[in-house]
Parts: sequence; C-alpha cells; structure tokens
Amino acid sequence: MQTDRVHANQSVSINSNYQKARSPWMEGWRRLRKQKAALIGGGIVILFVLIGLLAPVLAPYDPTEQNLKINLQPPSSDHWLGTDDAGRDVFSRLLYGARISLTIGFFSVIGSLVIGGLLGLLAGYFGKWIDTLISRLFDMMLAFPSILLAIAIVAILGPGLFNALLAIAIINIPTFGRLIRSRVLSVKQEEYIMAARAQGMTQWRLIFRHVLPNSWVPLIVQGTLGIGTAVLDAAALGFLGLGAQPPDAEWGKMLSDAKGYITNAPWLMLCPGIAIMLSVLGFNMFGDGLRDALDPKER
Amino acid sequence: MNKTLLEVKDLTKYYPIRGGLFQRNKQYVKAVDGVTFSIREGETFGLVGESGCGKSTTGRSILRLIEPTSGKVYFDGREITKLNHQELRNIRKDMQIIFQDPYASLNPRMTIGKMMEEPMIVHGISDKSLRRQKVREMLEVVGLNAEHGDRYPHEFSGGQRQRVGIARALMHQPKLIVADEPVSALDVSVQSQVLNLLQDLQETFRLTYLFISHDLSVVRYICDRIGVMYLGRMVELGERDALYDRPLHPYTQALLSAAPIPDPEALRERIVLQGDVPNPANPPVGCAFHPRCPYAVETCRTTRPAFREAESGRFVACHLYETGGEPVA
Amino acid sequence: MLKYVLQRMGHLIPVLFGMSIIVFSIIHAIPGDPAEVILGQRADPEAIKTLRAQLGLDQPLHVQYFHFLERILQGDLGTSMVTKQPIVEEMVPYLAATAELAIFSMIIAVIFGVNLGILSAWRRNTWLDNGAMALALVGVSMPIFWLGLVEQWLFSVKLDWLPVLGRADVRDTITPITHFYLIDTLLAGNTGQFWSVLKHIILPGIALATIPTAIIARMTRASMLEVLKHEYIRTARAKGLHDFFVVYKHALKNAFAPVLTVIGLQLGTLLGGAVLTETIFGWPGVGLYLFNAIGARDYAVIQSGILVLATIYIVVNLIVDLLYAYFDPRIQYK
Repeated sequence: MQTDRVHANQSVSINSNYQKARSPWMEGWRRLRKQKAALIGGGIVILFVLIGLLAPVLAPYDPTEQNLKINLQPPSSDHWLGTDDAGRDVFSRLLYGARISLTIGFFSVIGSLVIGGLLGLLAGYFGKWIDTLISRLFDMMLAFPSILLAIAIVAILGPGLFNALLAIAIINIPTFGRLIRSRVLSVKQEEYIMAARAQGMTQWRLIFRHVLPNSWVPLIVQGTLGIGTAVLDAAALGFLGLGAQPPDAEWGKMLSDAKGYITNAPWLMLCPGIAIMLSVLGFNMFGDGLRDALDPKER
Repeated sequence: MNKTLLEVKDLTKYYPIRGGLFQRNKQYVKAVDGVTFSIREGETFGLVGESGCGKSTTGRSILRLIEPTSGKVYFDGREITKLNHQELRNIRKDMQIIFQDPYASLNPRMTIGKMMEEPMIVHGISDKSLRRQKVREMLEVVGLNAEHGDRYPHEFSGGQRQRVGIARALMHQPKLIVADEPVSALDVSVQSQVLNLLQDLQETFRLTYLFISHDLSVVRYICDRIGVMYLGRMVELGERDALYDRPLHPYTQALLSAAPIPDPEALRERIVLQGDVPNPANPPVGCAFHPRCPYAVETCRTTRPAFREAESGRFVACHLYETGGEPVA
Repeated sequence: MLKYVLQRMGHLIPVLFGMSIIVFSIIHAIPGDPAEVILGQRADPEAIKTLRAQLGLDQPLHVQYFHFLERILQGDLGTSMVTKQPIVEEMVPYLAATAELAIFSMIIAVIFGVNLGILSAWRRNTWLDNGAMALALVGVSMPIFWLGLVEQWLFSVKLDWLPVLGRADVRDTITPITHFYLIDTLLAGNTGQFWSVLKHIILPGIALATIPTAIIARMTRASMLEVLKHEYIRTARAKGLHDFFVVYKHALKNAFAPVLTVIGLQLGTLLGGAVLTETIFGWPGVGLYLFNAIGARDYAVIQSGILVLATIYIVVNLIVDLLYAYFDPRIQYK
C-alpha cells in the first residue's frame, strides 16, 4: 500500500513535469478543453461539417426533385420536415444546404484571410506609403455597410453562388487585414525581431518566420467567427436572390421561397432559419472559446 | 598594441517628437549626441551611465539595428554606416548582439535549435546535419545540453535563456559582440556565472566586447576600458583602473561615489547629486551636466565642453580640465 | 480640435473617391449594353444608338466617370430605368421611411442593449449575466430576415396582434409632412392613426434592432466591467451609495465613449439590415426600393440606393468619431 502510493506520486510528478507544454499550442488546447461553451460550439461545427460531407448519404430524397402532387405537405414519417411548394423534401434540402453554406463560409474566409492577412502584413511591416495605401483601401471598403458592399459587388459581377462567395470574401478582407496589421505593428517592436535582424536575416525570412508566426493567432479566432458571419452573409445574399440560384438547396434561398407560405406552411421557414442560426452559433461559440484559450489577455 | 576593430565618430541619433498643434518646427530627443570612441581588438569596452543616457541606443546604432542620424562607424576597416542592405546583412556575421531581456529577445514560437540554426541558413550553410551538429556543439559550449535544442524558450530559466542568446550570437564566431546589459535582468547568483561564461568565451573565440551596463561593479569586473555617458554624450573615457581610481569628470565622480564600495576599508565621501536628470528633449545649454554639477562655473552654462584628451588615453568633456590644471576637487 | 475635424474630413476624400468608383462600376457591369437592356432586345438599333449618346455611353470611360461625378455632386441621381422618374424625387419618401425605422430600432437597441449590459456587469457571473449573454450570442447568430419571418408567423398569423406588412393601414391616407409617419400622425392629431403606425413599426423595428442590441449589450458589459474595477467606484460604494445607483451613474458615464462607438458602427448594420428587414415587412424604405430594383435590374436605382446608403453611413460615422473625440479627453487629436 505504502509503496503503491509512493509510486503513484512519483509518476504524477514526472508526468506533470513532462506536460510542461512543449509548444504554445498545447497550452492553448489545454485551456480550450476547459471551456464548456467552446466545446459545445466545436461539437456543433463538427456536426454540420459531417452533415455537409455526408449529405448524399444521409438525404432520403433528391433535394431538387420536384413533385407537385405532394407539395406543401406538413412534416410526416415520409417527409420528416415536410415538403416545399414544389414538393421537394425539406429535410434533404436542409442537409444539402449545409454543404453550400459551409463551403461558402469556409472558402470565403480562406480568401479574405489570405488576401487580408497578406495586405495587413505588408502594411504593418513596411509601413510608410505602403501602409498608407493599404490602410486607405481598407477604410474605403469599410465605408460601406458590409452587406451593402456585397450587394454592390454581386450587382457588378452578376448573381450566382460563386460570385456571392467572391463578394463575401472581398467584404471581409479589411477585417482580417486590420487585425493582422495592428498585431504586426506591435510584434515588429519586439526585441526578438531585432535579434533576428541582428543575425542578418533576409527580409523574407524575417517576415514569414518571425513576424508572421507571432502575429497570426488572432486570425484563427477571427477566422472562426468569420465563417459564422460569412454563412449569415451568404444566406442574406441567397435570400435577396443574389446568391444561389434555383434549384440549388441553399438556406437563404429556401427562406425567401418560404416567405409566401408562412400562413399555411410555417415549417418551410422555421427549419432553414434554425439551421442557419445553429451553425452560426456553433462557430461563434467556438470562436469565442478559442479567443479565451489562445489569448487570455484579450478579455 | 592590438589594432582598432571598431571606430565610432560623432555618432548621433535624434528622435523626432511631435510639437504642439500648430508648431511647425520639429523637436528632437537627442538620444545619442556626438559620441566618439574606438575599441581595440580583443578588449572589453564598457559603456556606462544611468538608464536613458543613450548607451543602448549607441550600441544598437553601431550595428545599425537603429539607423543613426549622423556620424560614422568603422568596423574592421569598413564604413558600416555606408553599407547597403545586402552588405550589411553579410557583415552581421561578424558583429553580434546580446540583449538585456532574455525573455523578450527569443522568438517564443521557435525552438531554440531552430533559432540557432537560422543564422547558418541565411549565411549559406546548406548542410542540415552540419548545422544541427554545430548547434549541439554550441549549446554545450555555453553550458547547456545538446538536447535542449528541441525546446521552446518558455521552458528555460532566465539564466539559461541568456545562455541561448549568447550561443545564438556565437554561431558565426563573430569578431565583435555588443552585450547590452547582458546580466542586469538576471538574479545576482546567476549574474556571475554568465559573466564568467562571457569571459571564458572571449578567450576561446578571441572576442571583442562592447559591454553596456549601468552596474559599475559589473563593468569594473569585466571591462578593460570604460566610457561614461550622460544625456546622450560621452563625458569621460579611460582605462579601467585609472578611471576608477581617479575619476576626472564630476559626473563620473558622483557616479562612482554612489556605487557600493567593494573594499570596505577604502573611505570615500559620497557626492550626492542635486536635482533630477534633465529632460532629454530639452537638455541644458552648455554642458548638459552643469545644473547638477557642484563645480559649475559660468562657461559651463554657455559653452558645451569639447571631448578632449586630458592625459594619455584619458578623455574628458569638462571645462575644468581645459586649462590643463587640476580640478577643484 | 478644428484641425482634427479637418483632418478627419480629409480622410473621407479617398473613401468617397473609392465609393464613387464602385458605384460608377455598377452601371457598367450590366451584361451587354445598358442601352439595350433599358430598351429591350427587340428595340430599334437607331433608338439604342440615340440612347447611348444620351447616356454618354459612347464616350471614353474617364469622361463618363467625370460626368457621373458632376451629376452626383449636383444632386442628380439620374432616372429610374423602370418608372422613368427622377430617382431623387422618388427616393425622398423611401429615405424617410428607412430613417424612421432605423432611428426607432436604434432607440430600442440602445435602451435594451445598454441596460442589459449594465445589469450583466452588475450581476456578473450570475444566471442573469449568463442568460443575457447567451441571448446576445443567439442574437448575433440569427439571420434577421428569418427573425422577421418568425415574428410575422407568431405575432401576426398565430396571435393576430400586429400587422404583417407595410408602414400604415392602406385604407388610411396619411398626409406626409416630415414623411416620418409617427410624427406626421401626431402633428395631425390623429391618435388612431398614430397607434396603427406604431403597431406597424414594432415588428420590423425589433427585427432590425436585434443585432445592435446584442452587440451594444456585450460592449456595455465589457466596458462596465473595466470601469467597475476602478478605485472611485469602490470609493463610492464604500460611501454607502446604493449599489445599483452607483453602477448606473458613475460607471455609465465612463463607459459611455466605447459604447458610443459601437452605436455608431451599428448604424452600418442597421442600414445594411434595412435591405433585408424592409424586404420582409414590405416596409417602403430605401432597402425595399433597392431590393425591387435588383429584381427589376434597374441599375440606375441600384446605383443610387447604394450611393445614398453608403453616404449616410459615412457621414454618421464621421459624426460619431467627432463626438467620441469630443467626449473622451484621452483621445489626442493627432
């Protein structure tokens, strides 16, 4: 008994010594695990991602197959969430909708993150006229209410799913750009950057090996939250008829189709809305948790 | 006598500060204001002064980590201040820096092995296993384990981090190392270890140090010659023993009298300085030290004293020595 | 201060320039020839040519741009391609409707947001705080056009408390004076009409206010917590002032500046959201005007609608910035 305890104690102390977080990431992950809301958010996100990926397997019907004989049916065992005005299965359409929304959300954020991040990095690192030019560009873009700018861009490019994605990517560029710019400005002042310069680092190496790795963490948080916003924006554009075109099963478009039937078929508008809200909520909760875990000072 | 490795001539660094709302003429903080000195190969040159006197700025301007406003720096016969970006990058192999704060000067997102490998990558050593080998060797040279290379900075103590900083500076076996308060952030018990390490390394690698510190006892321990700075200007320069035994400039006298005395039997009257350090944005006219100087005379208030050789190898910027006579003290 | 104002306005020049470029591009982005689109594909080629000359489309692009600028600066927004009416005249009542809705929503958002934020900060980490913040999180995660639909379903269809669509009862004719119906009906002394107008504005008002309410609440809470840490609040508490009173008076005064900024920024959300909300509720504002124009591919109107909304947004943000600088002594007018 006695020896057992000693052993247990020893292994604990060795363990805790070892766990002294080998990388800053481990530390973040440990803090993240303690956040209930973040975990729930992460769970929701994973669920929606799975739904999006597995939509063809999970969906009982073809999401675009019309059957006017069974239109506007309330939820039943055949059609779990009823049918829409064209007799399409709402449940199947919802599943496929996850695919479209997440695709737009994910890729538009990747786009704004890469372009915004690069512009912000250049502006913050080089300063002077480059900074002035890029910062003014950001100001200009932020001078529009974002959804309005998206509408303007889609009006220029023409309505459609890809153009909506492009528009959403463009309108979020300044958000990411400004964020990383301000980070870079402060990281640039750090002594380890000067130390790296003293080593005779090339400009390129200094930017991508020293400045960027110390600046981009807030981008992860903003990126996660940004996917949520992008899903909302995509739904808004779809709702206005500027995003996905019929017969695509897109949540915003489904809502705008359901608009005329709130009296006799409210399930048509309840389901896509709940899907949008849940997925966005997931990203927001996960993003907030990430922020607390990765950057505890910010709160 | 060894040849001169570093020569600094009339180095200045001015920082512009914003004037009032409608003020057109810009004001400047003269962080470094016409500093001149030279360092011989193999020696340790100390730069002392209170915080904010411009000693760190001097050190960084010499390496052009901060662009000097004017003046010239010659290193190993080449004019550093004229080099273009590429030439400067190449010469950095030969002139390195160790920073004061070992917590701030190591990239937190890089293992120290990677960090030490980097200078070799940028200076063209492409053989990966050779680089690794050199990193391991250097870690042991500075008293760390070869296995420590896989760790991140936050896993080390302050003293260990400073050893990493030193190892990184040594990777290319530089000729000159600017040691910017290398021990002042460390525990006293660790300070002497690191100082001894620096001394050992100097012998092994035939290094030349520019040792910047506010700690007079540390400077006395390690330096051969010492320059004293006050408000961006060099006020006195001389051999260590001569300077400590018989300080010439009233400021040096005051500084030394305030320092703890290693030999308790040596009696010394403590000179207490009057007033505060003046605002560097608006330094006093004439000798910057005159408002606090017990010996100030009329000339001190109007004319800036030249930095001249008072005796062989001994420079001082003070009107009291201009006639060649002894000071009042 | 004057210098700051001028400088801040100077910053607007590139912004306005960029905006004009984007807006200008819209009309040129019409697939094919705008003149052809306007007249239809079967139109007489001669007529198309005349129209092209009329629109200045036969001139080089930069010349067209300067003409466009000249026109805009003179307050001429052009003619609707559909109704053939001058857009400026058409837009006035729409603009007033949007302004009325936006202001109404902002009032709701500020009242609820600020108080919810203060309550949360005051009762930090209680169920009240957690509940309010969870609600705020749901609020920002919801598409407001969906909330509008749910509201309609619940309060109009199911409960039959409030009207589904429009600004006022169609059978009533309201004499427009200010074009703000809530004010117009009061001026006319017609309380019955006033109540009807009020009932119409509630649902869209709430829908539009959701996101700003949530964000204002979070921001107020955050800056209140910051302020509550300070010494003088503790001193005031020690002096025995009633707890909530302390929080309210002392802290709010200091938390005001950041909250003001959020309020300013949220106006963008409101103007953007107006397009969606107005579409749902058939609210005859600029948003609906814009939406209909998108449907009808009336590019002249799309252009003008975006121009007008963006200009309002820019101007309001300028005002907020200046107010912020004025109220917060810590801001340097650099």
